[in-house]
Amino acid sequence: MIRLTIAAALLASAAPVLAETHSIEPGNGAQERLQEALILAQPGDEIVLGAGRYTLTDGLSLDVDGVTVRGAGMDGTVLDFTTQQGAGEGLLVTSDNVTLRDFALENPKGDGIKSKGADNIVYHRIRVTWTNGPAPTNGAYGIYPVESDGILVDGAKVSGASDAGIYVGQSNRITVRNSIAEANVAGIEIENSRNALVEHNVATRNTGGILVFDLPGLPVMGGGNVIVANNLVMANDTPNFAPPGNIVAGVRRGTGIMIMANDRVLVENNILSGNPTAPIMVIAYTQAFDDPRYDPFPRNVTVGANLIAEGGYDPQLEGADMLLAAFGGELPPLLWDGLGNPSSALRVAPGISGWTLNLTEQGKGLGGAQPGPIQNAPQPEDRFYREGIGAPAALEERLGG
Amino acid sequence: MKHLAWVACAALALTGAIVARATPPGSVNEAVITDPGLPRTLSAYGFFADAPAQLPGKGVTPYRLNTPLFSDGAEKLRFVYVPAGAKARAQGENLLDLPVGSALIKTFAFEQDGKRRLIETRVLLNRADGWLALPYLWNEEQTEAKLAVAGARFDLVTPRGEAISYRVPNKNQCKECHGLDGEVVPIGPKARNLSHEWLAAMVDAGHLDAMPADADQLPVWEERGSANLTAAARGYLDVNCAHCHRPGATASNSGLDLRWEQQDPHAIGIGKRPVAAGRGAGGHLFDVVPGAPDKSILAYRMSTTEPGVAMPEIGKETVDQDGLALVRKWIEEMAP
Repeated sequence: MIRLTIAAALLASAAPVLAETHSIEPGNGAQERLQEALILAQPGDEIVLGAGRYTLTDGLSLDVDGVTVRGAGMDGTVLDFTTQQGAGEGLLVTSDNVTLRDFALENPKGDGIKSKGADNIVYHRIRVTWTNGPAPTNGAYGIYPVESDGILVDGAKVSGASDAGIYVGQSNRITVRNSIAEANVAGIEIENSRNALVEHNVATRNTGGILVFDLPGLPVMGGGNVIVANNLVMANDTPNFAPPGNIVAGVRRGTGIMIMANDRVLVENNILSGNPTAPIMVIAYTQAFDDPRYDPFPRNVTVGANLIAEGGYDPQLEGADMLLAAFGGELPPLLWDGLGNPSSALRVAPGISGWTLNLTEQGKGLGGAQPGPIQNAPQPEDRFYREGIGAPAALEERLGG
Repeated sequence: MKHLAWVACAALALTGAIVARATPPGSVNEAVITDPGLPRTLSAYGFFADAPAQLPGKGVTPYRLNTPLFSDGAEKLRFVYVPAGAKARAQGENLLDLPVGSALIKTFAFEQDGKRRLIETRVLLNRADGWLALPYLWNEEQTEAKLAVAGARFDLVTPRGEAISYRVPNKNQCKECHGLDGEVVPIGPKARNLSHEWLAAMVDAGHLDAMPADADQLPVWEERGSANLTAAARGYLDVNCAHCHRPGATASNSGLDLRWEQQDPHAIGIGKRPVAAGRGAGGHLFDVVPGAPDKSILAYRMSTTEPGVAMPEIGKETVDQDGLALVRKWIEEMAP
């Protein structure tokens, strides 16, 4: 029996001259009404989502430039995807100059909000929650901008992602700030991206708090020019619940801030507490690879002054007991695998103690490790060149209100 | 013109794919294709002499693809319209370059109570500012199809007997598959996936400037059993996956490139680690593990209907068992 279950929309053309506001309320047909508004919006329009819970059975998508989607607050307007039947994410954005603000997504089957090729996007006070807590059956990413230039994530809150709560991939000119990433595998991850500023965030109860990765074999590589500063990174002690096969499945429980490969990264003025494997970790890409474009080593990574307490006391590492004994019951807060140019891979501020695995070959595992303290690491250069790092200033103007 | 159209139709009949019928009167309203706006009804275009019977109007040519996209087993009726006085241009094995004013029309139908029930007709219109994709939903009476920009769901039973909630895509979802470098483009009518006979008839009818080089490469799906296994599998992946899994398209960030012409083993997934697969990886480490379909993410994601895991993400609600069997066999027989 074939039955029309949902009425189709009939629409004529006639583009409005002035920006309009389209108000949507929860209730019957919310899926169609909201999706229709997202399709028929004109550049400059605002779609206002009234308070309440929207039951959505399919992914939503926006492909019109310059649209604002505004809810009644991240606890007031909830897009509930618990019964989602299709699509790979809750909301997909593929247009430029979009502002998403003041609403929440719960339990999307795949990713939360994905914006791809969506330049100059603002995520403001967006919440994405998998309400059952950490589980490998949760979606991979909460907030997921990729292949975009100009990204501002401000005041977001993501929990339960089985990969990364806030994940920025293959993008340029990025700011992630004032956000809370809790109980994800990775709290915040910047991957294969350049000119990223990650500041004033809270990353807690994740497997790893803040990750900055550069991976081979992707269309966009050469990650770097990243600043991770003034974040509170504490108690990242959730056992890794990522499905095997993904790169973050290899992140050790209790990692605070982790830099893998990348060129020019500054880690400073963060507060790190209760990260039992390593408050700060700087390593080369761990796997073998076959990509001549790719540099697997960390280059010019600076670990400046950070406030670090209670780290490295229960490392999820092979030979943990021996290591703890050797280092007097707690590992030094900075872990380096020893790979990269010794004179420029890693610069360390005075007062930050570290240890190294002293690996000599990339991609060969930990078998050749000869752990020992980091000695004679070069000190940070006088000035870290910050020009061009972070989201374009124009995106700030869309905040407020 | 009338004569040429008849020739095209007759040639199609020779391919065995299309039932030849005399070309009926009636003509396409070219202004509806090219003018701005979203036409409300399918009938406004005049593509069909008899739309419920899917009998094309003058200048509207039916076609089939050697290897088609799987759509829950839907019967798919494909048509192309090239405006009078214009010609499509051959571009080697690639997409026919259709002139402004052209349209591609595809109707999805399922059998119901022993009869063909039209569900939706998707049109791609080539306007001066680019291609536009629109979905039209057939009414219960089967007399008219109306624009449904937000899409819809239908409860129906597939030819395999699976009761599903069939998804009519919304206008944006059209672009998820048809988007390339920010533009909407056709997917299907690539010369490599069209028969020599049909292309020759298009040339004879004056709709196509020349016979494309390297046409008719993909195996005919129904004959895949006797075709080269790699060609059949790569053809299937090209048609079913590569509109997203290629540079410039929806899944470009995955780095997986399943286009027919891609020859780099890593790019087509062999030994390639997942990037953003999440739980879609199913605990596996690589997209394709030669000799081991049970360890290959590619086969795993084809084998499920679970949102967030299932591939393709949209456009189907069921597992393509035939396609899965073919891809598994290809991986199974691949030398490690």
